[in-house]
Amino acid sequence: MSFDDWILALHLLSAFAYVAAIVLFWVIIVAGRNVDTPEATISVAPMARLGTVAVGIGGGGTLLFGIWLALSYGGYDLWDGWIIAGIVLWAIAGGLGQRTGVEYARGVRKAIELRDAGQRGPNPELLGLNRTQRGLVLHTLVTVAVLLILIDMIWKPGA
Amino acid sequence: MTMVLAAVRPDSWNFPLFVHILGAMILVGGLVTAAGALAWARGDAASLRLGYRSLLAVAFPGWIVMRIGAEWIYSKEGWDELPDSAQPAWLGIGYLLADAGGLILLISLIVGGVGVYRMREGKGSGLLKTTLILSLILLAAYVVAVWAMSGKPD
Repeated sequence: MSFDDWILALHLLSAFAYVAAIVLFWVIIVAGRNVDTPEATISVAPMARLGTVAVGIGGGGTLLFGIWLALSYGGYDLWDGWIIAGIVLWAIAGGLGQRTGVEYARGVRKAIELRDAGQRGPNPELLGLNRTQRGLVLHTLVTVAVLLILIDMIWKPGA
Repeated sequence: MTMVLAAVRPDSWNFPLFVHILGAMILVGGLVTAAGALAWARGDAASLRLGYRSLLAVAFPGWIVMRIGAEWIYSKEGWDELPDSAQPAWLGIGYLLADAGGLILLISLIVGGVGVYRMREGKGSGLLKTTLILSLILLAAYVVAVWAMSGKPD
């Protein structure tokens, strides 16, 4: 394996970590739509942290190793249209993902408040926060952006 | 070499490759989610069920899509016209891990399914721990598969 092959493998492994995190967040979002108690809401926090770590490693790795490949491999340039499109989509997905996290963190914060106040039973406001429509739309957009990146990386339009 | 091959890849290979990679990504996502939920469950029934359902409803369909895509791109690239001895090592690693992984996934689904069923009687956590261990083994195997399929070692 050449050095470029290793970088390509790391680029792909990072992309897998990124998409794995998006899948993980989908499972949390779908499962959370019926969660109305503080304890159940807080119990998904470690999984959400795992997702956040995977997004960080995956997002950083795909960009870093992707740029490295674009500079290292003679057939491609950083300013090729499909590479610029990939970087723009990566930035969009990152920005939207950060907003999605803020949206769903409201439910966790409310759950902690309720638990600290001694309330352990179902709470309609908490259910509403866990079912945030805005969060759902934002995560759908993140997923679409990442799918477009995958399509862009495979078809390489204009290459 | 990989990059050169990627650069000259015919357009007709792109969609099968997309199906293969997307399926593999969903499979890995389902495994990470299942392993996370089972690892942090600490006996919580809802988290254990969530972990099992992630395997059943995310990882397993992902494996099927990945495997369909694999067979599709395999025939598109013409590997099926070559004898086994002429096929590269990375292809063999990918096939071995995909198929052996599928069998382990099936076993973990059966073991986990029995575990979830037995949870009604307050039992089954041991079986779900086995499912967690199998999920982690699968995850490690698929990391190797991704490395082999992308880096294409000789």
